[in-house]
Parts: sequence; structure tokens; C-alpha cells
Amino acid sequence: MELFTPDFGLVFWMFVSVAILLLILYKWGWPMIIKGIDSRADFINSGVEYAQNAKEQLEHAREESDKYLAEARRQQAQMLREADKMKNQIIDDARSAAQKEAQKVMEAAKLAIEQERKEAQLQFRNEVSTFALDIAAKVVRNQLQDKNAQSRLVGTLLDEMETQN
Amino acid sequence: MSKKNILLVLMLLVAFLSPVAAGASEGDTPEGKINPKEIIFEHLGDGYGWEVPFNHHYRIPLPVILIGKDGFHCFLSSRVEHGKTYVDGDASFRIAGKDSPYKGKVVQVMPDGAEYRPWDISITKNVCALFIAALLILWSVGAVARWHRRHGYQAPRKMVGALEALIEFIYNGVIKPTLGDRSHKFAPFLLTVFFLILYLNLLGLIVVFPGGANVTGNIAVTLVLAVFTFLATNIFGTKHYWKEIFWPDVPMWLKFPIPIMPLIELFGIFTKPAALTVRLFANMLGGHMIVIVLTLLIFIFAAMGPAVTGGASVVSVIFSVFMLLIDVLVSFIQAYVFTMLSTLFISFGQERGHDHAPAHDHEHNTQPHVQVIKK
Repeated sequence: MELFTPDFGLVFWMFVSVAILLLILYKWGWPMIIKGIDSRADFINSGVEYAQNAKEQLEHAREESDKYLAEARRQQAQMLREADKMKNQIIDDARSAAQKEAQKVMEAAKLAIEQERKEAQLQFRNEVSTFALDIAAKVVRNQLQDKNAQSRLVGTLLDEMETQN
Repeated sequence: MSKKNILLVLMLLVAFLSPVAAGASEGDTPEGKINPKEIIFEHLGDGYGWEVPFNHHYRIPLPVILIGKDGFHCFLSSRVEHGKTYVDGDASFRIAGKDSPYKGKVVQVMPDGAEYRPWDISITKNVCALFIAALLILWSVGAVARWHRRHGYQAPRKMVGALEALIEFIYNGVIKPTLGDRSHKFAPFLLTVFFLILYLNLLGLIVVFPGGANVTGNIAVTLVLAVFTFLATNIFGTKHYWKEIFWPDVPMWLKFPIPIMPLIELFGIFTKPAALTVRLFANMLGGHMIVIVLTLLIFIFAAMGPAVTGGASVVSVIFSVFMLLIDVLVSFIQAYVFTMLSTLFISFGQERGHDHAPAHDHEHNTQPHVQVIKK
């Protein structure tokens, strides 16, 4: 059977062409392709990994920012509350200080008024006494035109002094 | 609708071309009856010229290269066609007749009339088809390699993309899982073998010129491929591989004093490539044979009148189209299986024993490491 006996020529050429093919493809063909495929697979893998990381980080950052935002809001509210409290306190303080001041002013005024009044009283008394003396002097002058009266008076005054002492 | 049209065109094409191809081989006996066996074997075998469609007489002439008793001779196959004798100096050559032991081959006719078969390294139909396939491989691998050199990380499309899908299918699906870290060493050989077989198989299914040669269905071709696998297995075989052959882990009485297991193992070294040879050869030969036989049914039934011939034509055309479509699948499967088995046999030669990490584990170990570096 010729089908089952290998033909020398075909074996020879098959050997030669496969050997040449292998030589060429080992040198310039397959290693380059395999390297290319492998490195592209690595590249794609690392790209996907990078993207996933970036996405994760983004989500993380968003969470973080949300947290910060909430914190800031909370602080803001607290600050507002504190400011409000402070405002009230300041107003209260001012009010009490003003009251105190007013009291003081009023007291000073009272004191001044009292002083004035006293002075006025004193002055008035002096004046009244001056007037009285003047009037008395005038009356006395009128009454003491005679010597009797004068000596009587001196006598009375001396009596008075005696009783007083 | 378009599917039906394509099917119709295909059927018509086969209906036109198959009989032509079958008839091209001049199987007619002098009585006008055809000899199916002769036609079949002529188609499955090699030839000095290449048939053309629509012409039973003319063949594309191919160079005949001979190293005869008196040296080197080279001439075109058309010089010895149809029983002609070519005289080159003192030597005369002709194709041996049917009753000669060298039937169908070019022989040197001695002065005393005896036939001498010279060393024949002619570029026959099969050799020519082999060259065409080799050039196609160089071209397609070159295209993919060029893409990788020029476009780097871009995804290839169209032809390069399809080829790369095939390469990746074999490399990542067969070679890498089996050979692990040794795949770089053997992948070029295995991929070359895969593409050579695939291209030769597919070319063999084309009925007209660049195809039609039954190359992978020829035992010489499959033998050489298997010898390459045999060499790759045994030349690069590890110490552990040879130990497994000559001193396997079996009870002592199986290997000493009568070396039963070593003998079996030694025998196994040679049966593996032999199985590779016969598998591919028989599968491809069978595929071609079925298509030819189905086509020949038309001519066998031709003697029984027009009605039977018509019926037989329709049936055989449908069947041969079906078989050709299956052969497309088989072409791929056979190339795949040959590559897979070669990978397996080579990986037997790469055994490193239990004290070393097996290839697969090693690969898994390196994987996270690589990723760490990338980060």
C-alpha cells in the first residue's frame, strides 16, 4: 500500500520546511507575539486594578468629605449656639452694668441733691439768721433808745448767761 | 433567506467542482467504466503535477528533482506526463506503469530496460502545498508579530485579531496550563505545528489550485511532525523523566531481574509519536476519502439511467457538502488535538519529580508576586 509507506521526497521537504519555519519563527515570530500577549494582559490587569483602586479611593474620599462636611456643620451649629449664648450674656452683662451705672449715677445725683439741699438749707438758715439779726438789731435799736431799757436788757442777758452757765 | 442563498450557492459550487475534480484524475478504464478505487487513491496520494478544474488533461507542471545514478537531474513534470519519456543526457526518465513496483513514481530507465528508482526530492503537489502553507504561516505570524511591534497595547482587529484569538486559545488554553513556566521554551514549536496542520487541513478542503492536496492525510507529513515532537520530548527530557523510564516506582520484581516495566516504558517512548502519526493521518485521510466516495457515487450510479443518476447526484451533493462542513470542524479539531497531545508528551519529558514544585504550582506562586511588583 503506497498510502502507508512514507515517501522520501515528502519526508525530506517536510523536514526542511518545518526546520526553516521553526528557525524563523523561533527567532522573529512567536516569542515576540507571546511577549506581546503576556505584557498586554499584564497591562490590562494592572489598568483594571488601578481603576478599581482609584474608584475605591474616590468612594473613600467621598465618604471622608461627607464626614468632614457633617463635622463642619455640627461645629457651625455649635458655634452659632455658642455665639447666641454669648450674645445673650453680653446683653445681660451690659444691661446689669448699665443698671449698676445708672444706680451709681442716681446715687451720686441723690448725694449731690442732698448736698445741695443741705447747702441751700445752711445758706437759707444763715440768711434767715442774718435777716433775723438784722431785724432784731433794728428792733433792738428801736427799743433801746432809752437807757432804762438798755440796762434792763443787759440785765436780762446777763441773767440768761448766768442761767446758761 | 440569505442563509438559504448561501447554502444554494455552496451546493451548486460543490456540484460543479466536485465532479470536475473527481473526473480530473482520468480514472476511466479502456472500456469506459470508471474505476473508483483508482480515482480515490490517486486523489489521496501525491502527484508530480497539480490538477486544474475543467480540464482532465492539463496539469500545472511542477519541478521534478532527482538524484540518479549519474547525478543530479531537474526538469518539469510536464516532460514525463502521459507516458512520455524524458531524456537528460545519457539518462532517460518516465513515470512507472501500473504493473511496476514503483507505480506512479518517476523512474530511471536503464539501457537494459530495467527500472531504477532514483532519490526523488521533487516538488510534488504535496510539497508545493506544504510550501504554500508555510508561506501562509510566515505571513500570518509576521502580521501578528508586526502588530505587536508597532501597536503595542492596542487590541488587534480583523485578521490579526482572529489569528491572535487562535494563538491565545492554544497558548493560554493548552500550552500554559500544561507546561507552566516551561511554556516559553516549547510554545513556538507547538504553535508552529498547530498552524501548519490547521492551514494544511483547511487548504486540503479547497477543491481548486492552492488547495486540494491531501498533505496531512499523508503519513510522511504526520511522521515528520511526530518525530519533531519525539525529539522535543526526549532531547529536553529531564533526569526525572529518564529515571521514570528505566527505574520507575514499581515493586522490585517488576524491574529486576527481568526489566518488565522499563521495557514497557521504553516501548512507550516510541508508541506515543506513532500514535500521533497514525491519528492525524487516518483522520484526515478518512475525511478526504468520504468526500470523494460520496462524489463518486454519482458516477457509479450513472450506469443506471438518468433518474437514478439525478437522485444520486442530489443525495451525494448534500452529503458531500455536509461532510465538507464537518471536515472544516475536523481540520480544526485535529490540529488542536495534535498540539494538545504533543504538549502533553513534551510535559512528560519535563517532569521534575515531587521534590521540586510542579509547574502549575510554581505559576500560581509567581502570580501574586508579579502583581505585587506591578503595584
